[in-house]
Amino acid sequence: MTTAIAVSHGGHGVPPIPSMEGPAPKRIVVSFGFWIFLLSDIVMFSAIFATYAVLARATAGGPTGAQLFHLTTVGVETTCLLLSTFTCGLMSLAINLGRRGATYLGGAVTFLLGAVFLTLEIREFAAMFAEGATPQRSAFLSGFFTLVGCHGLHVAIGLIWLTVMMVQVASKGFSPFVHHRLLCFSLFWHALDIIWVALFSIVYLMGAR
Amino acid sequence: MLGKLSWSAVPINEPIDMIASCLMILAIVGILIGITVKGHWPYLWREWLTSVDHKRIGVMYCLLAMVMLLRGFTDAIMMRAQQAFAVGGAQGYLPAEHYDQVFSAHGTIMIFFVAMPFIVGLMNFAVPLQLGVRDVAFPTLNSISLWLAASGALLVNISLVIGNFARTGWFAYPPLSELRFSPDVGVDYYLWALQISGVGTLLGGVNLVTTILKLRAPGMSYMRMPMFCWTALASNLLIVAAFPVLTAAFAMLLLDRYLGFHFFTVGHGGNMMMYVNLFWVWGHPEVYILILPPFGVFSEVTATFSGKPLFGYRSMVAATLAICVLSFMVWLHHFFTMGAGANVNAVFGIVSMVIAVPTGVKIFNWLFTMYGGRVRFAVPILWTIGFMITFAIGGATGVLLAIPPVDFIVHDTVFLIAHFHNVIIAGVLFGAFAGYNYWFPKAFGFTLDEGWGKAAFWCWLIGFYLAFMPLYWLGLEGMPRRMQHYQEVGWQPWLMVAGAGAVVILAGIACQIIQLAVSIRTRDRRRDTTGDPWNGRTLEWATPSPPPMWNFAELPQVEGEDAFWQMKQLARDGKLRAAVPPAYRAIEMPKNSPTGFITAFFAVVTGFALIWHIWWMAGLGLLGAFATTLVFAWRDVAEAEIPAEVVAQFYEAHPVETLR
Amino acid sequence: MDPTPRDRAPGDETMPEAKREETLAGLQAYLIGLLFAAILTATSFWTATTSVLWSPGVATGLVVLAIAQMGVHLVFFLHITTGPDNTNNVLALAFGILIVGLVVIGSIWIMAHLNANMMPSGNLPNLQMQR
Repeated sequence: MTTAIAVSHGGHGVPPIPSMEGPAPKRIVVSFGFWIFLLSDIVMFSAIFATYAVLARATAGGPTGAQLFHLTTVGVETTCLLLSTFTCGLMSLAINLGRRGATYLGGAVTFLLGAVFLTLEIREFAAMFAEGATPQRSAFLSGFFTLVGCHGLHVAIGLIWLTVMMVQVASKGFSPFVHHRLLCFSLFWHALDIIWVALFSIVYLMGAR
Repeated sequence: MLGKLSWSAVPINEPIDMIASCLMILAIVGILIGITVKGHWPYLWREWLTSVDHKRIGVMYCLLAMVMLLRGFTDAIMMRAQQAFAVGGAQGYLPAEHYDQVFSAHGTIMIFFVAMPFIVGLMNFAVPLQLGVRDVAFPTLNSISLWLAASGALLVNISLVIGNFARTGWFAYPPLSELRFSPDVGVDYYLWALQISGVGTLLGGVNLVTTILKLRAPGMSYMRMPMFCWTALASNLLIVAAFPVLTAAFAMLLLDRYLGFHFFTVGHGGNMMMYVNLFWVWGHPEVYILILPPFGVFSEVTATFSGKPLFGYRSMVAATLAICVLSFMVWLHHFFTMGAGANVNAVFGIVSMVIAVPTGVKIFNWLFTMYGGRVRFAVPILWTIGFMITFAIGGATGVLLAIPPVDFIVHDTVFLIAHFHNVIIAGVLFGAFAGYNYWFPKAFGFTLDEGWGKAAFWCWLIGFYLAFMPLYWLGLEGMPRRMQHYQEVGWQPWLMVAGAGAVVILAGIACQIIQLAVSIRTRDRRRDTTGDPWNGRTLEWATPSPPPMWNFAELPQVEGEDAFWQMKQLARDGKLRAAVPPAYRAIEMPKNSPTGFITAFFAVVTGFALIWHIWWMAGLGLLGAFATTLVFAWRDVAEAEIPAEVVAQFYEAHPVETLR
Repeated sequence: MDPTPRDRAPGDETMPEAKREETLAGLQAYLIGLLFAAILTATSFWTATTSVLWSPGVATGLVVLAIAQMGVHLVFFLHITTGPDNTNNVLALAFGILIVGLVVIGSIWIMAHLNANMMPSGNLPNLQMQR
């Protein structure tokens, strides 16, 4: 029976629409799956974001955003993350060309910029803690630290992932597995910057007014 | 060293708890000893626990659901027994403390560990077969999803023996679920069990969406996909979009409980209504996540057993997608009475009524499919007909509840309980049972016993009406839900009837167990040698039962809707040319991997440690999970080749003559 | 090989087999993206800090700028296009945006009405159980 249903292979020429071509290649399947996962991650952010928006005025007599946020720091953080998303893009060009040296360079610069971003954010948090602006102080601060901290956590995970990928490039070269994962990583990293755009615009720039 | 954990966590003073715990432990130990004595471990480990085959994973999901159904039903019958007698001065046999845990556990288990795994299992089993492909997009991830769901279920069951479960109802609203009012580990069990299984569900959703959108047999365009695949696509899109919201809401409640944040607390500007809001942003799509795949099952069953193509395929697809989008716009109807005001209530009330329209379209499509058909009244279509009639009643009461003024009168009464059991039992569970009877021969190669299956159906149907119709009446009378005892003597007769209904359902479950046992005993007489026991229409019937690991030696070429039916037609007319002799090629299949099982082990360790504040253990668990992922990421070969001779041998041993 | 790619991975700027000239085109896209993003970011910061602008309009302006910048990132960094090879990616994205919009706007709308209805005079101190 399986023989019978296996008829007519190749006799039809190219099917007219992509949805009829049969299973997609692994590369497309993997990155599309990751794309879907990223969308779900962004929905999770949107839920935290909505909570922050609802609680933004609930300072319970504690410090407000205008008292806590330093836009200079935020500006530097934003610049770091934007540049790192750019270098991440350059890295994926290097990967496409199969150039290891350029890949390491792109990865290193991306890592460095991400690490600077994270360090700045941690110092910013530490300064707030020192002023008594802890997440336990008010609902607004709970929302702020959770929203921004969740993004920071994603950046930290991205840094670990990038390190692992560089080790994999070194030990395995550009095998299909490594290729697919690097593609997913760059999707992840670009998505983090998109989320940061929402954060710095709504949380910091609006909150600082 | 052991955080909050001490010997006092074992409920030694609560006889009912203790007996249940002992029975459960005895059963588990008994099963484990049995497996060890018979020496089944290597087989079990090799063929099931580490399997990444979507069919096996689907079967294990369904098994998990059935085992948890027994647990959830035990809770149900305990509640019915309590309410049948705890009237006036009588307190019944369950103290309030325990009764609260029972109804919380019942809801949690039935939604997350019965309904979810059952439909996910059916989708896992049937979708790749129907699409005519060899596996899902990410087979190892699929195994991880399964074992994470099992981890959550395990944690809920551990709560029976060590510590206690939440007393907050299955949605754990703050401020009651905050540390201040629920200081013990019950809510933590609830939260971590659902977080862990939720991650599994989300990953499973990503997997199936990718599978359906990117892996289909050549020629299978979107409008040629079987209806079940469409509903699975919609359901999994909803999983991907809704579950992150639940994860976020639970994460915030956990931060409140563990680190003293103020998201939903009473003081410091916290807003407990935001939790309610977020919970139902997930919660309403969730009911459509649950009901859409059963709609697909009913579509397949109706078409198959009526011997006709599905009526209005395109309108069915449109209705499914409309439900998929609309289900995200109605969540407020779960809390009309919270005080959002007339405008907001009106908008959400109207959308809630609108969503009944596509559902109605579906019902009419099924009716018209049956109309003029030669209906064979096998077990799957009995469940389908039972569903259509009963679900229509549930839908009608749903539209009633969508009217805010009516909702103000009956909210939080047992009218609501009757409504959602009406749609979830008669919709989701009946659909799952229809699918179970329909695909069982495909999964195991022999049919289920018809007689016991029909007996089970009638018991469930009658039991359902007995158990829940009185609750509609009591709800209109004003009986609140979740009463451990009540003063109103007039309610007791109705609750007695409801209790009797639960007993009839118990008989139905017994019939199902007997059906399975009888079918296994007489399996040699009921072998399905054709691969197509029901004269099916879709591709899963085009391969032998049970299908080989690779599903299809060559991916089928799809030429239209109802692909397999069309092939049979062509073959009958002698238009299908078969390659003679068949030339089998070697097939690459994903290798089995213990990654899922080991990850889940670490997830249980981490979850348990976090529940009891054993921080070092939580750290170790997370580290272990990370290490497992790394080891998995370092593999070089994901696939193993099945040689052409093995494939040829299989088809010699299973000479399926579908094309009679 | 098929001359016209029918399906494309999200984030793919080039097909794997195309090389040098594609790389140059890719580099160009990243540079344009960086430029646009930098301009929009700078505008946002300026909008938020300057006193020249009409202040009630600033919030709207910031939202518009943020959305524009997200669009720039999607197009130039994630290479989302309207081409037929990108249909699935765009549809998935559209679904995601719809859900995000519903969750955020719906929640804010509901909670604003709740607050308006349930808390008649803002912060009643005796409603807050201080700990």
